[in-house]
Amino acid sequence: MKYDSELVSKLNSMANQLRRDVIEMMGVGVAGHIGGSFSSAEMVAALYFHKMRYDAKNPRMAGRDRFLLSKGHVAVLQYAAMAEAGFFPKEELDHCKELGAMLQGHPDILKTPGVEAGTGSLGQGLSIGLGMALGERLNGTDSKVYVLMGDGEIAEGQIWEAAMAAANFKTTNLIGIVDNNAFQATGSIKERMDSGDLAAKWAAFGWRVIEIDGHCMDQVLDALDKADETVDQPTLILMHTVKGKGLSFAENTAAFHNGILTEETYAQALKELA
Amino acid sequence: MNFNSQRNAYGETLVELGKENKDIVALEADLGKSTMSIKFQQAYPERYFEMGIAEQNMASVAAGLACCGKIPFISSFAVFASGRAFDQIRQTISIGKLNVKICGSSSGLSDFGDGATHQDVEDLAIMRAIPNMTVLCPMDGNEAANAVKAMAEHQGPCYLRVNRASYDSITPEDKPFVIGQPIVMREGTDVVVFACGIMVLKALEAAEALKDEISVKVVNVSTLKPLNDEMIISLAKGCKGVVTAEEHNVLGGLGGAVAEALRRQCMPIEFIGVKDKFGCSAHNYDDLLNAYGLTAHSIVNAVRSIVG
Repeated sequence: MKYDSELVSKLNSMANQLRRDVIEMMGVGVAGHIGGSFSSAEMVAALYFHKMRYDAKNPRMAGRDRFLLSKGHVAVLQYAAMAEAGFFPKEELDHCKELGAMLQGHPDILKTPGVEAGTGSLGQGLSIGLGMALGERLNGTDSKVYVLMGDGEIAEGQIWEAAMAAANFKTTNLIGIVDNNAFQATGSIKERMDSGDLAAKWAAFGWRVIEIDGHCMDQVLDALDKADETVDQPTLILMHTVKGKGLSFAENTAAFHNGILTEETYAQALKELA
Repeated sequence: MNFNSQRNAYGETLVELGKENKDIVALEADLGKSTMSIKFQQAYPERYFEMGIAEQNMASVAAGLACCGKIPFISSFAVFASGRAFDQIRQTISIGKLNVKICGSSSGLSDFGDGATHQDVEDLAIMRAIPNMTVLCPMDGNEAANAVKAMAEHQGPCYLRVNRASYDSITPEDKPFVIGQPIVMREGTDVVVFACGIMVLKALEAAEALKDEISVKVVNVSTLKPLNDEMIISLAKGCKGVVTAEEHNVLGGLGGAVAEALRRQCMPIEFIGVKDKFGCSAHNYDDLLNAYGLTAHSIVNAVRSIVG
């Protein structure tokens, strides 16, 4: 293991905590995006609690690193991380999606302090991130922009417009992350819209591709550090993950892309994530 | 500077603004020679982003730049700026009130040769329907230049409709563009014509032709949104009726906006515009405008039909 075991253990605990937060936020009887939240939990924990430079009390701090949730439907995961990081009180999580709430169904830059991009209409986050990467280059900062995409999402053509453009502009400060959990809303990606060899596709578009196991914290941290050293091209971290990771009945199924918990499954989820 | 085209005014004014304001950046989707954003590239290559033929990406990249304190101006033909990139303009730029400026160039039927695919009759309706969006439609080059300055000062998303044709300006060079302020171009008492873009010129022509018969007031409504409802009402008050004139579908554009403003006034309104159909190719702009009834003659007839 390359990284200090204490750090890895702390971040793994945080990933677990984020999963618990998501379950508690959802509660019983209301659909929530468990699958895609749980597959990205290690990466989001590593970014918010180790890698990124930011100030939760000054969310617009100049020169900060930015996290963009292009797969905006797993906003609950980002909200959990932001609450744990202190952007807003954790109690706000209890009011997610309520009328008038700070936390909307999809990320909203005006309502939620620290949200960097309004996403939800899929396929747009990488372009927004590219704009930020170019903007920070003009501003002369060394800040980084991390864009988390879903593997289903990248069927959107705009992703590839942005991929081509970022390679053209050689934005080394733009790091794309694809959560390759192999499922989209209505089934497995292979059966719905097979995206083929993702590593080869991104490489062909001019990106440095780093493939990892997205649930191995050591590999997650290593990929993020390697991205800092990329020269003359953007970096794509292709993380192979398990949809619903950490919750036995939600793993590797589209049923919990946006699923509902019963009293029993809710209790079981909290038990498994204890 | 005195401009004889709106698109030249756009390019030149961006260059002028960019000299003082280093936050201004320009993005283009391979139409810079038509939209004239290429002038900005020549002046400030480091602040110009050629995005290739990818309007959707361009709009979202502009959103990202705005988040870093830049004032991005994106340009394309109006039909692509408002149509191809609609979702990006709606989702990211407008919901977040980001400071992105959108130039819809070669608007209306002014790209006369290219036909229905490139002519746009619906951008004002589309842009007007998006919350947080400001919508401007200047009448000539000088007004366009001043509108570009006003939108650079304005905080928030803004759409500028720019015509492709070359013709002399009647707007004074130094007349500041005030967003939301309709401009009375000619006083009159019987009928008021609210017009935008090149149709302001047609309306003035119509008013002159009718001067011995009917007193026609002509108002340039170069801000479609926010529309100054109170001023529209007070300008119409006392008249026998209203005519609107626009190089756009009669649905959802200036006609719709004026009718909404006058919803509690009991007076007839006639709409001059494209009658809910697409454009087509023609060898010259005037032939096309005549074929679609976007003429002073149409306005004369509409005014007469109101006075009876």
